[in-house]
Amino acid sequence: MTTLETSGNGTVPAVGAAAPAAGDAPGTPVTPHPRRARLRMAGELALFLGPALALFLTFVVYPVVSAARYSLYQWNGVEQFSDATFIGFENYARALFGGTDPATKSAFTTAYTEPFQAAFTHTIGILVLSLLIQLPLGLLIALVLNRRFPGRSAVRVIMFAPYVLSEVIAGTMWLIIFDPNGVATELMHSVGLDAPAGGWLEDQTWGFWTVFFIITWKYIGLAVILFLAGLSGVPQELQDAAAIDGASWWQTQWRVNIPLIGPTIRIWVFLSLIGSIQLFDMVWVLNQGGTTGQYSTIATYMMQIGFFRSDWGFGSAVAVIMFMLSFAVAIFYMLVVLRRDNTDRVKKVRRA
Amino acid sequence: MTHFRRVGAMVAFASSAALLLAACSSDPDPEGSDTPESTSSATGGDDAAPVTLTWWHNGVAGDTGENTLGDYWDKVAADFTAEHPNVTIEIEQIQNEDLQRTRIPTALQSGDAPDIFQQWGGGELAAQAEAGYLMDLSEPLADDVERLGGAIAPWQADGVTYGVPFQFAVEGIWYRPSLFEQAGITDEPTTMDELNDAVQKLKDAGIAPIAVGAADKWPAAHWWYNFALRSCSQDTMNTDTAALDFSDPCWIDAGTQLEEFLGTEPFQDQFMSTVAQTGATSSAGLVANGNAAMELMGQWNYFVYEGFTDGTEEGIQALHDDLDWFPMPATASGEGAPSASMGGGDGFSCYKDAPAECAEFLSYLVSDDVQRGYVEAVGGMPVAPSATDAITDPVLQEIAQASSEAEYVQLWLDTLLGPNVGGALNDGITAQFAGTGDAQNTVDLMTAAAATQ
Repeated sequence: MTTLETSGNGTVPAVGAAAPAAGDAPGTPVTPHPRRARLRMAGELALFLGPALALFLTFVVYPVVSAARYSLYQWNGVEQFSDATFIGFENYARALFGGTDPATKSAFTTAYTEPFQAAFTHTIGILVLSLLIQLPLGLLIALVLNRRFPGRSAVRVIMFAPYVLSEVIAGTMWLIIFDPNGVATELMHSVGLDAPAGGWLEDQTWGFWTVFFIITWKYIGLAVILFLAGLSGVPQELQDAAAIDGASWWQTQWRVNIPLIGPTIRIWVFLSLIGSIQLFDMVWVLNQGGTTGQYSTIATYMMQIGFFRSDWGFGSAVAVIMFMLSFAVAIFYMLVVLRRDNTDRVKKVRRA
Repeated sequence: MTHFRRVGAMVAFASSAALLLAACSSDPDPEGSDTPESTSSATGGDDAAPVTLTWWHNGVAGDTGENTLGDYWDKVAADFTAEHPNVTIEIEQIQNEDLQRTRIPTALQSGDAPDIFQQWGGGELAAQAEAGYLMDLSEPLADDVERLGGAIAPWQADGVTYGVPFQFAVEGIWYRPSLFEQAGITDEPTTMDELNDAVQKLKDAGIAPIAVGAADKWPAAHWWYNFALRSCSQDTMNTDTAALDFSDPCWIDAGTQLEEFLGTEPFQDQFMSTVAQTGATSSAGLVANGNAAMELMGQWNYFVYEGFTDGTEEGIQALHDDLDWFPMPATASGEGAPSASMGGGDGFSCYKDAPAECAEFLSYLVSDDVQRGYVEAVGGMPVAPSATDAITDPVLQEIAQASSEAEYVQLWLDTLLGPNVGGALNDGITAQFAGTGDAQNTVDLMTAAAATQ
């Protein structure tokens, strides 16, 4: 099994492919002036990395640091930030357990902690369900689409189409479909069933599942296309060999194809995890996380409370919590799961 | 909102989350914000040095491409600059929510704000005034303040005038007389009992009695505002909303009355999924198409309803023939005046560093003639009392009459309380509509929000 797995070839999306580029540098000419060569090297580095680094610092690092700073203040976003009141970690306390002041604790728990927890739960729910449902489904579709049959390209395009659509367009389309008098309701009636009592999206129970359905529809295309790319890199000989050994189609998939696209699956899981934690646009278009927040995510809650309620300090605290969460998940996943793919690279080169 | 796109699965950077919120704010600009006295405001004479006024308003073209408000403002600016050759006015038309939520706050933060900008009054104005962004107009507009009367109050904070409204109107219930007739209702309801009676008759006749766009939250919230208006005395209303203290029992009572009203199931099916203005299944669409009999809304909905006709003269006339309005009915109990009304409007403020011509322009903008022209060109509800005679439409006349007959007019509570407490209030009321919160919860959410600011 392991030999098969490690021989997975160049279909792996190159995580950290940029990193070894500088180290490889095999073409550096031997020069009689090592000082000038060093200067030249520094110049090249500055030229190639400088602009990207400047952009990264300005538009990623600086805003992240700013958000962290705002999160320590009580700030309404109208007054100058210099007039805001420093309140330490009170915003975080308010989001996580109702704040430290016993006088307002119960009020804050209902007004802030519970909606935040709801948003958090929905986000984690989407994260887990994506893995449990989108992974097997995407894999199944990819395996089917990997066979040759008439109209295969057309089906592939259709599968991927939702992913290409803009979230706003797709969201508006689903809003129309799930309108109380829309197509979905008509369909349910025509088969003799009732639509959810509170409305497809507004029902306290069904709202979340409707949104999860839409998200699955939207993002399954990415999983399928990634898995298909992985599958196209599996050598045909292996499948022929399996066929000669008498393996059924299922056995071939289960024992040959799926293990071989392991690295691709792991990358998809990574993208799915991060995408779930940061899920915003689609849910926002679908009535901003629900009228009573029945399918809010951390990102939509942050937007609601930060922008629309002008509670910028608290909104920033929610943003930082979300950042920490995706950062922790990303680091953990990189270190524990993706490490095997990255170290494999070296072996592969040696084998080749 | 465009800069929030694409946070989807492709983005592997965990960090983008935190920068979303931060990216849209900016640090104070010490140079731009602390200019003590603008040099240009020192001069005010007719032959004075050239002055440029920048003006941001929300008069943008609608779906039909028509922009009566924007066109009218263009004309007003042109007339003003013709009389004041040294003044140039640069207009930027910006969509309402973009303007209110993004453009103006960011501009004020940066210290490089437009000279004249849209002002919705209430808590937002108070916060901007407290931060020192607004020009004190009490002196230059003293005559206008007197002439315009009580409607200007939401544009004042601590007795200082920081803006001036060009439009102000009360809200009430729009209804389709033909559906009332069909259900056997002969008179416009004047009390809640009569309204409940009408609701029952409409239901018996198989007509959805009242449309509400609860998915947008605020249309639902306005029902609670009106119950609070009847339940709380004017004094309590003013004191409590200023002190952000909602311990008076009348606030709970408002929610209790709402719950009783919700108990009679007066609204259309699935009102939680209904938006206010977009599409035939919106609350406005339901009323415009005769699928619901009533809707509680401001005077602007007259034009929203027109948007659902085919746009021809006959189509609009047919709608007008079967569309009428009555004030919010009185409740059986409560300390508020039975004739008091909820209302709101639109206005403008001057940025603190704006040239003195800004105040002059605002004074011109609310002058009787310009107000009369506003009524004729846009069909709005003027603030200047002497301009009301320009209203020719019978329904708008009725609304203007209700405005002037109201014992007092209370500004929309969400506007009055500002985005934080007002937003918490709307969330609480929406939860009551959805059945996930009670009257106490609504007050608790407001109290909690008040404790954070």
